[in-house]
Amino acid sequence: MKGPDPKVVMFCCNWCTYAGADLAGTSRLQINPNFRVIRTMCSGRVDPQLVLEAFLKGADGVIIGGCHPGDCHYISGNYKALRRVVLLKKLLSQLGINQERLRLEWISASEGKKFAAVVNEFIQKIESLGPLELDQEKISRTTL
Amino acid sequence: MAKLKMAVYWGAACGGCDVAILDTQEKILEIAELADIVFWPIAVDLKYEDIETTEDESIDICLYNGSVRNSEQQYVAELLRRKSKVVIAFGACACFGGIPGLANLFDRDQILERVYKTTPSTSNPDNIYPQTEVKVKEGTLFLPHFQATVSALDKVVEVDYYIPGCPPPVNLIMGAVDAIKTGNLPPKGSVLAPEKSVCDECPRERKEKAIPEIKRFYQVQDDGKTCLLEQGILCIGPAVRAGCEGACIKANMPCRGCMGPTPGVIDQGAKMIGAIGSVVGLADEEIMSESEVQELLDKVEDIIGCLHSFTLPVALINKKIKEKS
Repeated sequence: MKGPDPKVVMFCCNWCTYAGADLAGTSRLQINPNFRVIRTMCSGRVDPQLVLEAFLKGADGVIIGGCHPGDCHYISGNYKALRRVVLLKKLLSQLGINQERLRLEWISASEGKKFAAVVNEFIQKIESLGPLELDQEKISRTTL
Repeated sequence: MAKLKMAVYWGAACGGCDVAILDTQEKILEIAELADIVFWPIAVDLKYEDIETTEDESIDICLYNGSVRNSEQQYVAELLRRKSKVVIAFGACACFGGIPGLANLFDRDQILERVYKTTPSTSNPDNIYPQTEVKVKEGTLFLPHFQATVSALDKVVEVDYYIPGCPPPVNLIMGAVDAIKTGNLPPKGSVLAPEKSVCDECPRERKEKAIPEIKRFYQVQDDGKTCLLEQGILCIGPAVRAGCEGACIKANMPCRGCMGPTPGVIDQGAKMIGAIGSVVGLADEEIMSESEVQELLDKVEDIIGCLHSFTLPVALINKKIKEKS
C-alpha cells in the first residue's frame, strides 16, 4: 500500500528558480504536485532556521533553488547558500536525519525542464526514504 | 520592606551556578539583607518536606539552576513553581538545557549502556542497571526515573525570567537583585541580560570578516588582538547574547555560546551556520567546486558540539531523530 503523500518545501529565488518554475508551468510540463514553493528574493536569504522549521513543521524534504554560480542577481548569495547547505547537511546527519532530504539546485529562468526533472526526481527520492517523523515536543521558549 | 523569601535549587547541574551566587563576594551581604533563604540544598540543610508544607506562593523568588533530566528534578521544579511567586531560570542549563543537553544526541538506553556497561573502567558482568525501586527488609526504596531527554526548565514549568550564562556573570546577578529590590523588573518572560551580541562587548579588533579557512587552535599563532573568527578560529560570538563582557575571549578562548541566542533568534546553531556561510571562503568562492567547498567546511567537526554546546534542548530540532530503515 502506498503511504501518505510526501511533503516537499521548495525555497525558490525570485530571479532564477522561481522564473524556472513559471516556465515549467507555462510549458505544461508534468510535475509531481507534492511540493510547495516559497519565493525568496535570493537563495542567500534562506535562513538555515527556515529549513529546520520546515522539517519541524512536517516537511519530508526541502529543496533550495538558486541561480547558477556567477549568475546571482545579488552577486554572491548563491555561494552563501551553498556553504550553508553543506553545514546544514552536517547538522542534519548529526541529528540522525538523512542528509538527502535537503537538496540545493541551481535552476535558471530558462530551465523549466530542469525544474520539473529536479522536483520529480527529488519527490521520488523522498518517497523512497519515507516520511520524516519528528515526534518533537513543542518549542515552549517564552522569550521568542 | 519585609524580607523576601528565596529558594535556590539545582537540577541537572554541576554546582557552578550555586558558586556563582557566592562569587558576588561581599555583595552576598546585599542579597542576604534582601532575602531569607528558605531552601538551598547545596548550602542550607532543609528538606523537601519543609517546602511541601509551606503555603502556595509563599516563596518570593526561586532561582532554579540546572536542566531537567530525571523525575526528581521535575518534581522539585513543579513543587517550587507552585510555592513561588517568581521563578527564574538561572544559568545556561535551566535556560537552554546547557551542556547536559548534548545527551539528547543519544537515547536513554544508549546512555545507560555506556555508563553502566561499556566505559573502559566499568566491569559489570551481571548487567546490573539502576532500578527505580528496590525492596529491602526495611521496606521499598525509590530512585528517580531517568527521563528520555534533557529539557530546559521552561519545558517543564512556566518560567518568569531568564538569567543565562555558564555560570551567570556576577553583574547580571546583581542587576537582577537590584531590579527585584527596586521593583523594576521587566515584563515577564524577559531575559535579564543585554540585547546585544558578544561581539559588541568583545575587546578584540574586527576588520573585515573574510576567513580563508577554519582552523584548529594549534594551527593559529594568536596575536592577542585580532578577532578570533577572523583568525580562523570558530568563535560563535556573533550568534550569542552579550552579558559576559567577553570573559572567555579575554582569556583567549573563543565564545562557545553559554549566554544563548540573541533576541528574536530561536536556533543559535542555525544562525551561526548562516554567519559561517557568509564569511568563510569568500576569496575563491567563484572558482571553488562544490567538493572544494565541502572540503573547506569539513574542518568544522562535531557541528552540534561547536554551535549548540549549551542550547541543543531548545534548538528547533532538539534531539537525535531515529529514521526508519
